[in-house]
Amino acid sequence: MCLAVPAKIVEKKDMMATVDVEGVQRQISLMLLPEADEGDFILMHAGFAIQMIDEEEAKFTAQLLKEVAENDES
Amino acid sequence: MTKAEESRKAAENLLKKIDELIDRPVRFMEVCGTHTVSIFRSGIRQLLPEKVELVSGPGCPVCVTPNDYMDMAIAYAKQKDIIIATFGDMLKVPGTSSSLNAMKTAGADIRIVYSPLDALQIARDNPAKKIVFLGVGFETTAPLSAATIQAAGNENINNFFVLAAHKWTNTALEALLNDKDIKVDGFLLPGHVCVITGEEPFAFVAEKYKKPAVVAGFDALDILQAVYMLAKQVKNKEAKIENAYKRVVKAEGNIIAKQAIEAVFDKSTPSWRGLGEIPLSGMQINDKYSKYDVLKQIAVEKEVSKENPACCCGDVLKGLKKPIDCPLFKKICTPDKPAGACMVSVEGTCHAWYKYGQGRYHYGR
Ligand code: SF4
Repeated sequence: MCLAVPAKIVEKKDMMATVDVEGVQRQISLMLLPEADEGDFILMHAGFAIQMIDEEEAKFTAQLLKEVAENDES
Repeated sequence: MTKAEESRKAAENLLKKIDELIDRPVRFMEVCGTHTVSIFRSGIRQLLPEKVELVSGPGCPVCVTPNDYMDMAIAYAKQKDIIIATFGDMLKVPGTSSSLNAMKTAGADIRIVYSPLDALQIARDNPAKKIVFLGVGFETTAPLSAATIQAAGNENINNFFVLAAHKWTNTALEALLNDKDIKVDGFLLPGHVCVITGEEPFAFVAEKYKKPAVVAGFDALDILQAVYMLAKQVKNKEAKIENAYKRVVKAEGNIIAKQAIEAVFDKSTPSWRGLGEIPLSGMQINDKYSKYDVLKQIAVEKEVSKENPACCCGDVLKGLKKPIDCPLFKKICTPDKPAGACMVSVEGTCHAWYKYGQGRYHYGR
């Protein structure tokens, strides 16, 4: 039930945003994430944006996985 | 390497590291239904070394909703002037003698919504009807109900109500940690709950109970990474809260969402299926918004609620029993005709077990 999926905001109008989820567009509320803006990647849950997705941190995870791999080869 | 190959390689490396780090049998619990599904679907239970066991906790909001709540929803559904708006997974949940699905077949106006805001729209579109939204879910979903109630307040909508049963997962986790039967060496914390709450509400797991805990994301790799971090803590005899899902979980969570919860809900003491009453683990609509609390606004007669004594859902939710220990599993209780809530929800352990097979799961042996 706590399923939440990433989406990209393509348009923002007041507290509503149009988001693109894998090619499908839908309307969601920005009531809980008013700072989100066009172009941002957000996490959405049941019709609301609930958090920004931090691309830098996504890279951090990739880096950590690489470290595990490198360690392994050494 | 293709992306799939890279992921496979990363998974192999993580599994190898986990194997090296752990030198005794350990048991980690995931406290989120979405984790349960992901773990079963990706076969992580079979992939992990024999000594590392994953068990599911009470992480499926539908599964922990007791018959009493379903009976209340059914009682409201019987009223001619009421439209029930609910997330789809509540429909098949059995109450004491009926279900919302059966009510719908019998002609009750029950509508599946994707968002609580859709329920509010139904209220706008049907001024002559009363709309009751079934507010079920943990901290991830509670602020959405809260924001919707606030929106109804701002617009002064008078025919929208909520049957609120939102719950705090951290409080349930503490109740589990106080249960002497339950032996767990560490926790995968629910990532999307922590998106809202931040890490702080789970600090007690490490501080008071000295158990390691890692906030986990939902891909197979996210989960393996979190298990790896737990393994490292076990190896180093540490107990701290770590975050393996930093791309969306900020230490402080979502402050606006937390404020919405606080503005609309007071803490209450609800019953959890299988766990019984847990003090202050629930959210009830506060006095300021009591206009939207269906329990306060519309009185109905409800049947006397009883749990099905043959269903072992409660012990399954605590990780004490496996679904196959239940005499009804697969025989009487199936996803098409569920006898208990753990079989209804796709996030329920019985459902996942039915669908994906048992994996390697030997809690308690
Ligand atoms: S198999 Fe069905 S009856 Fe048995 S514990 Fe699971 S949900 Fe309950």
